[in-house]
Parts: sequence; C-alpha cells; structure tokens
Amino acid sequence: MRGIIAGLRNDPRARRIAVGIALALVVAYPFFASAYWVDVAFYLGLYTLLGLSLNVILGEVGLFNLGHAAFWAFGAYTTAILNTRFDIPILALIPISALATAGFAWLVTSPIIHLRGDYLCIVTIALGEIVRLALNNDPGGITGGPNGIFGIDRPRIGGLVINTPTEFYFLVWIIVVLCAWALLRLQNSRIGRAWNYIREDELAAECMGVDVRAFKLLAFTLGAALAGVAGNLYAAKMMVVSPESFTFMESCLVFMIVLLGGMGSVPGTLLGALVVSLFPELFRPLASYRMLIFGIALVAVMYFKPAGMWPRRRATFRSVIGREAGKA
Amino acid sequence: MVTFVQQFLNGLTIGSFYAFIALGYSLVYAIMKLINFAHGDLFALGSYVAYSFLVWASAALTAALGLWGALAVAMVVAGVSVAIAGLLMERVAYRPIYPAGRLPAVVSALGVSIFIENFIMLVWGPRYQAYRSEFVPVGYFQIGELRISILQVVILISAVILLGFLYWLIEKTTFGAAVRATAQDRATAALMGIDFRKVIRFVFTVGPALGAIAGVMVGLYYRQISFSMGWIYGLKAFVATILGGIGNIPGAMVGGILLGLLEAMFAGYVSAAWKDVIVFAVLMLILIFRPTGLLGEKVAEKV
Repeated sequence: MRGIIAGLRNDPRARRIAVGIALALVVAYPFFASAYWVDVAFYLGLYTLLGLSLNVILGEVGLFNLGHAAFWAFGAYTTAILNTRFDIPILALIPISALATAGFAWLVTSPIIHLRGDYLCIVTIALGEIVRLALNNDPGGITGGPNGIFGIDRPRIGGLVINTPTEFYFLVWIIVVLCAWALLRLQNSRIGRAWNYIREDELAAECMGVDVRAFKLLAFTLGAALAGVAGNLYAAKMMVVSPESFTFMESCLVFMIVLLGGMGSVPGTLLGALVVSLFPELFRPLASYRMLIFGIALVAVMYFKPAGMWPRRRATFRSVIGREAGKA
Repeated sequence: MVTFVQQFLNGLTIGSFYAFIALGYSLVYAIMKLINFAHGDLFALGSYVAYSFLVWASAALTAALGLWGALAVAMVVAGVSVAIAGLLMERVAYRPIYPAGRLPAVVSALGVSIFIENFIMLVWGPRYQAYRSEFVPVGYFQIGELRISILQVVILISAVILLGFLYWLIEKTTFGAAVRATAQDRATAALMGIDFRKVIRFVFTVGPALGAIAGVMVGLYYRQISFSMGWIYGLKAFVATILGGIGNIPGAMVGGILLGLLEAMFAGYVSAAWKDVIVFAVLMLILIFRPTGLLGEKVAEKV
C-alpha cells in the first residue's frame, strides 16, 4: 500500500492513470448502484464541494471558520428566493448564487479578517448563528421563517429536466471534478503559494510583501462562492430550503471533513467527505449510537493521525526535481 | 418601572448562569489555550445528573434535610460527578492530543462534545425532561406589583458567594498565583516549581463543577431541560468570556452578568425573537473594537 502511494506521488504517469481510473469509476458508478446509493453519492458530492470550499479558507490559509453553513445557507436562499419570486432558472442561478455569496462573505468578513486563531473561530460561529436566526425570524417576509421556502424548480438544460438521482449525481460530480481540478491548479500558482505562506508564517509572509489582508479576503470570498454553488445545488435537489438545514452541526461536519482529510489536501477532502457521509450509512444498524461512535472516532483520528488521513505533502527539493523530470 | 426591575432581576439571574459557565471556559482557556467545546455539554450533563438524583432521592432527602438541603446535596452530587467526567475527558481526549497542536485539539473537543450530547440523549431520551414540581421551590415575595421568586433570590445569593470564593481563590491565595502564573507562561511557571499538572487538574475539576451547578440552577429556574441545551448556553457563555476578556477570571463573571442583563433588557423592550442575534452581534462588535474584552485579557496571544 505504502509502495503504491509512493509510486503515485513520484511518477506522474502512474498518477494520471490512477486519476483516470477514479474518474471512470465515478462515471460508471450510477449504472451499477441502486437509486438509494446514487442518492448517497449525490450527498457525498455535495459535502465534497462544501469540503473543498472550506478547504480554501481553512486548509490553504489556516483561517478557522466554524460558520461555513452561513455561506452555504446564503447560496441556497439566494437561489430559492430568486427562483420562486422571479422564475430565474436554477442553472442560471449557479453563477449568481456564487457571486452573491462571495459578495456577502466579503462584506461580513472584511471587518473581522484581522482576528487570529480562536477569535476568528468564535466570530465565525457567531456569524453562522446570526444568519440562521435571521433566516428563522423572516426579516421583511422574504425568507419564509422556520418553514423556509418551498416550490423551487428543478434545473433544466434545454429540454432535459434534471430530476432523477442519476441526473443529479452527474450534475454535482461534474461541478466537483471541475472545482477540484481548478483548486489543484490554484495550489501551484502565485495565489496558492501566498496562501500557504500565510498559513505557515503570517509575519514572514507580510515581511516578504504578501498582502495578507487581501489574500485572506480572497480565500474567504472564493470559498464562500463555492459554498454558494453547493447551496444552489442543495436547493435544487431538495426543492425546499429551511433554516434548520444550516445549523452549527453542519458547519462542524464540514470543518471535520477538512481536518480529517488533511488541511489543504484536495484528495484528503474527498476522503474526509467520504468518511463523514458514509459513516451514518454504514452504521445505520446501530442507529442511535452512531453519533456517539462518531464523536469517539473524531478523538481517535486526531490521536493517531493529527495531520489528517491524507495529508498534503509539502513541496520539497526532491519532489520539485521529480516533477521537472516528469515533464521532460 | 416594574417591568424594568423585573427584567433587571431576570437578567442578573441568567447572567449568573452565564458567569458560572464562562468561568469554566476562561479557566481552561487560560491554562490550555483551548476552547473547550465540550464545556456546554458538561453543563447539560450536570443538569441531568441532578435531575435523576432528585427523582431517586428527593423524597427521602426532603424529609431529612428539607427541600433546600436536598437541592444542595443534588448540586454537590452533580458537581462532583461532572468534575470526574471533566477530569476523565482531559485525560482521554485532550492530554494525548495536545502536543499535536491546537487544531487537532479543537476537533477532539468537538468530538467529545458530540459524544456527551449523544450520551445524554441515549441515557435520558431525546425528549425534554421536566424538573418535577415537588423539588422546585415555588415561594415568592410580592412588593407592590413586583414579584420576586425565592428561588431567584437564592440563585443570586449563591452566585455571589461562589463567585466571590473563586475570586478569592484565584486572586488572593498562593495556589491562585500558581494558576495565574501557569496561564501566563507555563514553561517559566514550571521552572519556578509549579506543578502544572496539578493546575490542569484544578481547572478541569472546578470548571465542570461550576458548569454542573449552573445546569442544576437552569433546571430549577426553567424547569425544562433538553439534551441539546448545552450548546447554546455554552456558546453564549463563551461570548461572555470574550466580553470580559478571555483568561480573565473576574472578567468572565462581569461578562456573564452583563450579557444576561443585555439579553433580558433586549428581550423585554425590543424583541425576544432577535435577542440571540443581538448577543452574537455584540460579540462581533467587541472583537472588532475592543478585542481584549472589556476588562482586558490575561493571556499573551494578540488578537
């Protein structure tokens, strides 16, 4: 096993083959699985997307955000309100939800972006709660209060209405794969390096001319935009959004996806999402004990693998040389 | 005027609950630099332990000691058992993980929180439990139109006594100086001969015990407890901690009382539905404009 992983890391061709096999499995999966398990895989995709979006904030830059559900909710409600009031098609609302959520994130995180560590953590918890309570209190009659908003349309592409579990599965996984690919590209860019630099040593980054504030805000807005997309997909799938779907527990789950997988690791996020969404399914016979076990499991993973299950490997001289050799 | 005094007293009562819970957060944070997410659930656990104890023994105890005596015994039982739970939690879930860094410790704390919450749900059931009327004191003083329940008065008096004792312990005794020294700089404190394990044991005994006592008081005051109540009380108590300055013991008390007053006044005069939003908005404003809290924080890390 260790040999295979090392091979994947050092040999670009083996890695490409592995990614190819993984993609083929993702495409083939719904043709073999039952509708129920395709649905489970849809939610896995949704949580992966949420995990990836938080990974930008928490994993890449190290900003503790325990209120991610706020952004997810904002995207879902943007979609729900614009769709039910103005009949804008769901798919057209994907970029609109992303932009609106990014704008919201920029607005609310600008004044708090300078806070460090635990303080930022607690403010984001407060932010998540404020958003949930505000949705619940129905300001101006636009959020529908505790009942939420229902009667959201199905997404349609031309004449095709996306309705069955399989169609939704493909919709979410196409977006997940695109996002994962884009985020992997971003890791090796000027922006990605600046983010990691801030995470490792903020002061040093600032001294080397990295605009810490701007890059932190960029991470928050980009992460929020992706969470907004996840919100859009969630609203389209459920056809109803209500405040109780966006509790602190959801923020915790997404937080755990990133930390269980490994901070800043895209495949790790997928693995983390797999654990968090399959756990309740696999332990269904134990029904009421499963969250109890989940709590113990979290402590255990942090004890045995504090860096996560699939940590991102730091770039070393050797790995860069290996990459250059692979190109030649 | 009557409404004002009534809301003021309500605010003081709720505020003393927050102050009790906030002390647990603040003590643990000061020593461990860790937000103990499980603290709110320990508070709920205390409430349930006392509930079961009272169901089991209140008749006999009330006959022997009177109702107040029975309640005092219940608080001691809850405090001791939750303190044991707190020590166990520190030993199993925090001590082995702490060296790995702060993020794994936060996840571990979340894990413990989920564990305790579900443990309570499995043992006592997912529905609300009600503190029965036979163990809730019902008398009240009537002054004009103003009505003050005896329970409220007793809660406030015991809050003053307990918080005063803790203030004396932390600020005036040698052991308190050791705790404060460890909070400032653990390594140097250890060089001065302070056993920081003892300090850690202290914070994980006193914090959970105070939380449990608050849990019993909340049960008596509202009569209704639920397995998930730990999280919202915990969160608000954490706001109180920040309000007073994290790691600052008198700050946590003042922060708790202020937060309770603010919440009660807002609920009484503006809107009950938005009161929690105001609590969290205050938290954000404090952190933006006065990040060290109203009384100043006592830990080294800058915000």
